[in-house]
Amino acid sequence: MPLIDPNVVDLSRLQFALTALYHFLFVPLTLGMTFILCAMETVYVITGKEIYKEMTHFWGKLFGINFAIGVATGLTMEFEFGTNWSMFSHYVGDVFGTPLAIEGLMAFFMESTFIGLMFFGWDRLSKPAHLAVTYIVALASNLSALWILIANGFMQDPKGASFDPMTMRMQFNSFLDLVFSEDAQAKFVHTSIAGFVTGSLFVMGISAFYLLSNRHKELAARSFRMASIFGIISTLAVVTLGDALGRLDYLVQPTKIAAIEGLWQDSNAHSSAAAAPWLLFAVPNDATQSNSAEIGVPYILDPLIAHSETTVIPGLLTLEQQAGPLILNGIKAINALQAYSLNHDAADLATFQANESDMGYGFLAQRNAPNQDLMQITPANQQAIVQQTEKDIIPNVFVTFWSFRIMMFLGFYFVALFAFAAYFSLTNQLEKHPLLLKLSVWSIPLPILACEFGWITAEAGRQPWSVFGWLPTFQAASSHPVGYMVFSLIGFALLYSTFIAAELFLMFKFARLGPQHHDTTDTADGAAPMFAKPGFADKSWQ
Amino acid sequence: MEIYVVLKVIWAVLLGVLLSGLAVMVGMDMGVGTLLRFVGKTDGERRVALNIIGPHWDGNQVWFILGGGAIFAAFPTLYATSFSVFYVVMILLLFSMIIRPVAFEYRSKVDGKKWRGSWDWAFLASGALPMIVYGAAFGNVLEGVGYHYGWTGQYYQDESFLSYLLNPFAVMCGVMSLALSVYQGGTMLMLRGEQPIYGRARGFAIVGSLLAAVIFAVGGVWIAHMNGFAFTAAVDPNMAATPLNGQSVAVQAGAWMNNFHTYPILWVLPALGFLGMLGGSAMVAAGKPVVAWWLGAVAWIGVIFTTGASMFPFLMPSSTNPDQSLTVWNATGSAYNLGWMLVFALVFTPIIITYTSWCYYVMRGKVKVEAVSHDTHSY
Repeated sequence: MPLIDPNVVDLSRLQFALTALYHFLFVPLTLGMTFILCAMETVYVITGKEIYKEMTHFWGKLFGINFAIGVATGLTMEFEFGTNWSMFSHYVGDVFGTPLAIEGLMAFFMESTFIGLMFFGWDRLSKPAHLAVTYIVALASNLSALWILIANGFMQDPKGASFDPMTMRMQFNSFLDLVFSEDAQAKFVHTSIAGFVTGSLFVMGISAFYLLSNRHKELAARSFRMASIFGIISTLAVVTLGDALGRLDYLVQPTKIAAIEGLWQDSNAHSSAAAAPWLLFAVPNDATQSNSAEIGVPYILDPLIAHSETTVIPGLLTLEQQAGPLILNGIKAINALQAYSLNHDAADLATFQANESDMGYGFLAQRNAPNQDLMQITPANQQAIVQQTEKDIIPNVFVTFWSFRIMMFLGFYFVALFAFAAYFSLTNQLEKHPLLLKLSVWSIPLPILACEFGWITAEAGRQPWSVFGWLPTFQAASSHPVGYMVFSLIGFALLYSTFIAAELFLMFKFARLGPQHHDTTDTADGAAPMFAKPGFADKSWQ
Repeated sequence: MEIYVVLKVIWAVLLGVLLSGLAVMVGMDMGVGTLLRFVGKTDGERRVALNIIGPHWDGNQVWFILGGGAIFAAFPTLYATSFSVFYVVMILLLFSMIIRPVAFEYRSKVDGKKWRGSWDWAFLASGALPMIVYGAAFGNVLEGVGYHYGWTGQYYQDESFLSYLLNPFAVMCGVMSLALSVYQGGTMLMLRGEQPIYGRARGFAIVGSLLAAVIFAVGGVWIAHMNGFAFTAAVDPNMAATPLNGQSVAVQAGAWMNNFHTYPILWVLPALGFLGMLGGSAMVAAGKPVVAWWLGAVAWIGVIFTTGASMFPFLMPSSTNPDQSLTVWNATGSAYNLGWMLVFALVFTPIIITYTSWCYYVMRGKVKVEAVSHDTHSY
C-alpha cells in the first residue's frame, strides 16, 4: 500500500487554510451588510426620505465590491474537498455533502439570482418589490451560512451518521441529528452575528471618516447611528454565544477546550482545590508541554467553562493518558476491518464491531506504525507507537490558546467601542469625541481579524482530526505528487494577491469618493439607462 | 425493483439534468465571455455584451457550485475520485471560474485602456478554457481514467495529468463544448443586443452550431469503434455502494454502443442533439434568437444524455483497474441520503426555475450602447 506523504498532507492543509481564511475575509462583511442594507431600505420605503435611499445605494455599492470576491473564492471551497481531500470526501461525503448540496438548492441559488435584481432592478421594480428582493438576499446569504456551518458542525461533532464496514464510509442515518447538532446551531448564530458586528463596524468606521472630514454629514451621522445600535446588540449576542460554544467544546471536544485554556494539568491540580486560574496571558510551550509567564484570574476557570464550581476540567496531559486504551482498541478495530475487507469473515467483523467506536484512534496510530501499516505492530514496538500517538491527540496549544485570546479580547473591545459610539451618537455628542471617531475608522479591519482568529481557534483546535474522533486529517488528503500542490499553491497565491490588491484599491477609491459622487454621473443626453448599478443613473432620488 | 435501485437511477438522471443545466446556463455566459473581444469592437459595445448577462451571470454560476455540491452528496466516491484524478485540470478550471466574477465586477470600474483590455483578455481565457475542460472531461471519462483504490477507499492515481490534456479525442470533445457555448452565448447576444453586435453574434452562432454538429457526428463514429467498458458477469444494482468489490468489467471495442443495440429507442437522444444544433443554426439564420436559444438547450440535453445513455450504468470507468470502475450502482450515496436529497430537489427545483424566470422577465429587452456608455458604473 503506497504511503501517505506528510509533505503533501501539510501542503494540502496549508492550501485549504489559506483559501478558507481568504474566503472568510469577505464572508462576514457580506453577512452583516445585507441586514444593514435591509434596515436602511426599510426606513426609506416606510418614510420615503431620499437620504435613506442614498444610503442604501452608497453602502450597496461597497457591498457589491466585496460580494464579488466572496462568491469567487467560495467556489474554491466547494471544490477543494474533492480536489485535495478525496479520502475525506469518500469517507463522509454521504453525510457531509448533503448540507452543501442543500445550501446550493435552498440558499445560494436564491442569493445569487436576486443579487442581480438588487443591483440592476431599481428602475424596474416597485419600491416594496425591491425591498423584498433585498430581504431575500439577506435571508439567503445567512441561510447559506447555516448549511455550511451544519456541514462544519459535523466535522466538529459528528452526528447523524455511522460507519458502515461494507462501503467503508460513514453513512447518513438521521437528518434531524445532523441539522440540529448543537455545535452547528450555536456556531451558526455565533458566526452570522459576528458578520453583523463586522458589517456594523465597517459602516460605522467609514461614516466616522466622513464625519471627521466634514463630508456627507447627514448620511454619515444617520449611518453611524444605525450601525452603532446594530453593533452593540450584535456584539453582546456574539459574546454570549461564544460562551455557549465554549461550553459545547468542553462537552464534545475536551482537547480543544484544554488547549484554548492552556490547561496541561487537571483544573483541580492547583495548590488548592477549585482554584484553577483563568489565564489572561501565558506562553504555552508544545515541546515541553507546559506554560511560562502565566498571568491568570484565580478560581474562575471551572465556572467559566463548565458553568459549575465543582467540575474538574481534564488537562491535556490527562487526556493524552486517557487516549492510550482507545488507541489500542482502535488498532484492533482497523486491523479487523482490513481483514474483513479482504475475506468478509464474520469473526473479523465481530472484532471490528466490538472496537468500532475507537476506530478513529486506530487511523491516528497509522502514521506512527512501521511503513504506516498497523499490521506491522508487534508487542515489541507497540508501546512506543501508542505513546507517540497519545501525544498526537492534542492540537497545537500555542496557536489555539492565542488565536482564541485575540478573538476574545477583540470581542470585549468591540463591546466597549459600540457602547460609547451608540451612546454619543444617540445623545448627539459625536463631534465632541474625535478620538472615538478615529478609533472607529482604525477599527474597521479588526472584526475581520477576530473572525479569522475564531476560525483558527475552531479548526486548529479540532486537530489532529478532520472529523472529530473518526478521521484524522493525516488520512483525509488526496495522494497527489508534491509538484501538483506546488503548482496550485503558486497559482492561488498569485491570483489571490492580485484580487486583494484590486479589491482594496476599489474599496478605498469608492469609499473616499463618497456618496456625492453619484449625483454627477448621469446619462448626459437624458436617455434613461436600460439598467444601472444602484444610484448612478437613477434620477428618481436626486 | 428495490427502492434503492430506483433512487440510484433517479439520481443518475438528475446528474444528467444538472450537467445539462450547467452547460446551458454557465455555457451561455462562457460563450459571451469568449466572444466579448470579437462581437464588441469598441468599449461601449463590449460593455453592452457584458451587461446583457450582467444581472444573471451570478445566478447562472450557481449551477456550477450546485453541480459540485450535488455530486459530492449523491455520488461521494465519484466526487472524491474525479476531482482529484483531474487535479491540475480542475485547478485550471477553478482559476478561470474565480477570475470571471472579479472581472465582471471590476472591469468597468476603472477607466483605462490597459485595465479594461487586460480584463477583456481575462474574459476570453476564463470563458473558453472552462468549456474546453468541461468537454474534455467527458472525453476522458468515455475513454476511461487511470485510477485504483486502496482497501480503505483511498484512490490512487495511475496516470499523469498530461494524458488528460494531450489526448485527441478529449480535445475534440472540448472544442465541441466550446462551440456549443459560443452558440448559446451568441443567441443570447442576438436576443438582447442590437446591431452591430447582433450581426456579429449571429455569424459566430451559426459557425458554433454547425461545428458542433460535425464534431458530434465524427465523435459518434469514433465512439462506435473505440474501447468501451462492459460487465462480464451480472451485477446486482442493489449492491452496497463501494467500488471495492462485486464487479468484473472488461474493455471491449464498441462496447459503448451496446445500450443502443439493446434499446433502439435511445437513438432519440442523438437525434435531439442534431435537431438542436441544425435546427438552431436554421433559426439563427432566420433571425429567431429565442427559438434558437431553446434549441441550444435541446442540443446540450441531447449531447449529454447521449453520452450518459451509451455509458450507463458506468459513470467513470477505470482504464487501469476496470473492475473498480465507478458506476451508478456502486458510486452513489446511501438510500437514506438519496431520499432526503430527492425531497429537497423536488421542492426547490420548481422554486428556482420560477424565480430565475421571473428575473429574466424583469430584466427583459434590448441593451443599448448609449445607455451603458453614459452610465459609468454598469459593468
